Amino acid sequence: MELLIAAAVGGLTAAGVYLMLRQRAFPVILGLSLLSYAVNLFIFASGRVALALPPILDKTQAGYTDPLPQALVLTAIVISFGMTGVIVMMALGSWLHAGDDRIDMTDDDRAAEGQPPRDRTATGDRA
Amino acid sequence: MMASHWIIAPVVLPAMLGAFLVLALRHDLWLQRVFGTAGMVALLAVALGNLAAASSGPPQVYLLGDWPVPFGILLVLDRLSALMVALQAGLALAVTVYAVATGWDTRGRHFHALMQFQMMGLSGAFLTGDAFNLFVFFEVLLIASYGLMIHGGGGARLKAGVQYIAFNLVGSTLFLTALATLYSVLGSLTMADIAVRAAALPAGEGAMLRVAVVLLFLVFAVKGALLPLQFWLPGTYAAAPGPVAALFAVMTKVGAYAVIRFHLTVFPETTAAIGPMVETLLMPAALATLVVGALGVLGARTLGRAVAFAALASMGTLFTAVALGTPQATAAAIYYTLHSTLAAAALFLAVDLVRDRRGGDGLDLVAPPIAQGGLIAAVFFAGAIAMAGMPPLSGFLGKLLILDAARGPVQSWVWSVVLVTSFLTILGLARAGSLVFWKAHQSPAEPAPHPAEPWAFAALGLLLAGLVALTVLAGPAMDWIGATADELHARSPYLDAVLNARPVAQALPPEG
Repeated sequence: MELLIAAAVGGLTAAGVYLMLRQRAFPVILGLSLLSYAVNLFIFASGRVALALPPILDKTQAGYTDPLPQALVLTAIVISFGMTGVIVMMALGSWLHAGDDRIDMTDDDRAAEGQPPRDRTATGDRA
Repeated sequence: MMASHWIIAPVVLPAMLGAFLVLALRHDLWLQRVFGTAGMVALLAVALGNLAAASSGPPQVYLLGDWPVPFGILLVLDRLSALMVALQAGLALAVTVYAVATGWDTRGRHFHALMQFQMMGLSGAFLTGDAFNLFVFFEVLLIASYGLMIHGGGGARLKAGVQYIAFNLVGSTLFLTALATLYSVLGSLTMADIAVRAAALPAGEGAMLRVAVVLLFLVFAVKGALLPLQFWLPGTYAAAPGPVAALFAVMTKVGAYAVIRFHLTVFPETTAAIGPMVETLLMPAALATLVVGALGVLGARTLGRAVAFAALASMGTLFTAVALGTPQATAAAIYYTLHSTLAAAALFLAVDLVRDRRGGDGLDLVAPPIAQGGLIAAVFFAGAIAMAGMPPLSGFLGKLLILDAARGPVQSWVWSVVLVTSFLTILGLARAGSLVFWKAHQSPAEPAPHPAEPWAFAALGLLLAGLVALTVLAGPAMDWIGATADELHARSPYLDAVLNARPVAQALPPEG
């Protein structure tokens, strides 16, 4: 059980970091989601891994499993879900505006690929 | 003694008002402006009331849901947290007035509601006494800042926004990992309880705890833009709308506040399992941040980026003072926090006025003189003098206090780095200012007409008045701040207040 959880946390983190270092927004967002899954599992494991025990004190049971990390995981899941929603919307806006979903690309890079420079006049400032 | 309910007001008031602005007033800009500004005034009044309460007594503890201490969430109002909330409320009032006066709040939707949610997150982060709750309030202030950051839209801003969010999401993941590690070692998330349990840990068993502490300070370094995690700051601040960049001047201070709080109250160097590890790591990073910031000011190609790098350098100065670790240095750090927040905000607002009238803030841009150019130049130079740390404004006093506090083996390093980078900052800001304000007079063209916007200048004046007050009243201010630093270093007022807090229900006589 411990090995399974440890391997899952490690695997998810490794995949998340790899994807996050890509240049396009879509893999980066996937990577961030994988990282948040990894950390959710990690928080869950921080209350010790106990099999088939209730999260409350009960005289008929042999012991209990710590309920606090489960509550923390719930909070973390909700927050990371909301944050992923926000970054998806932002990346979508950025993609619609710039015509590609490169996370970071200067005009020189674009010229090297034969693409037109980004529209710099439309920054929303009063000009 | 029953804790006052005013402690939670800086969190609840903006939360309710923000929801009200979104739900009831989303179609009426003028009502949004009235309620948004009134909300900031009310927040400032509450914050000042709390400040007065905190400075006349020991730290006060507010138990949410009346749960006893290690089990529930709690807010703690001590001198430092009250001061930070007051600083944030004052800054937000100036920013709101500025945004209304310049029409920034018309360039996108929900500006005032987002400001209120930002206030809720900031107040909560300053006031909370629970480590996981600190994470939650960090997320609240971050999600509001994402909305504010891209306010007004535009390609460059959206691109910088995506990077800013991605960076901070990684920071949040690190924060959760740190908290989970901390919990697995100590079994508690209440800051005061963590402090007691960490102090009881034998010196040989601290490996996991040290991992958790390093992760935690990495997160605060992301927030405080400490090298090597500062990459998000210049791009974000330069691309964000002017008033939002000014408000963000206090966002980096949340990182600094968290470092001060955790370093002094929760994990002081007397903790056997940790030792002086934090200071050892913090000092080189702070000095390097200072150098990078100063070089950035010198090399920036736009006025906005020059100011953003100056703000980065000020974080380096601030963390240098924190890393010194003596009560005198902590007092200097708190004074410098006040000063650098106001100075950076004033400069960002001045840059926004320039950008607005000049059609851009590029230093190589050849543009005719701008409307109200003399006044804007005067404001910019006042802000630049404060930021660079030249006499007579408070930046000079702040740096003097830090240099005075730097004694012992680090003295040569701190003195040489702070003095040389101050010179570089002066040089960079003087170059940027003269290119923008003086070179324009080579052009014979008349300034393009522009509305006078007196309230925008009034908001800027409020920030500069804060700087002047910090300078003129430096004596009384330093007495107060010195007492705050002593309270932080003594630790026992904070820890006793939290650990001895009793639920209200226990204080009441039993029923029947």
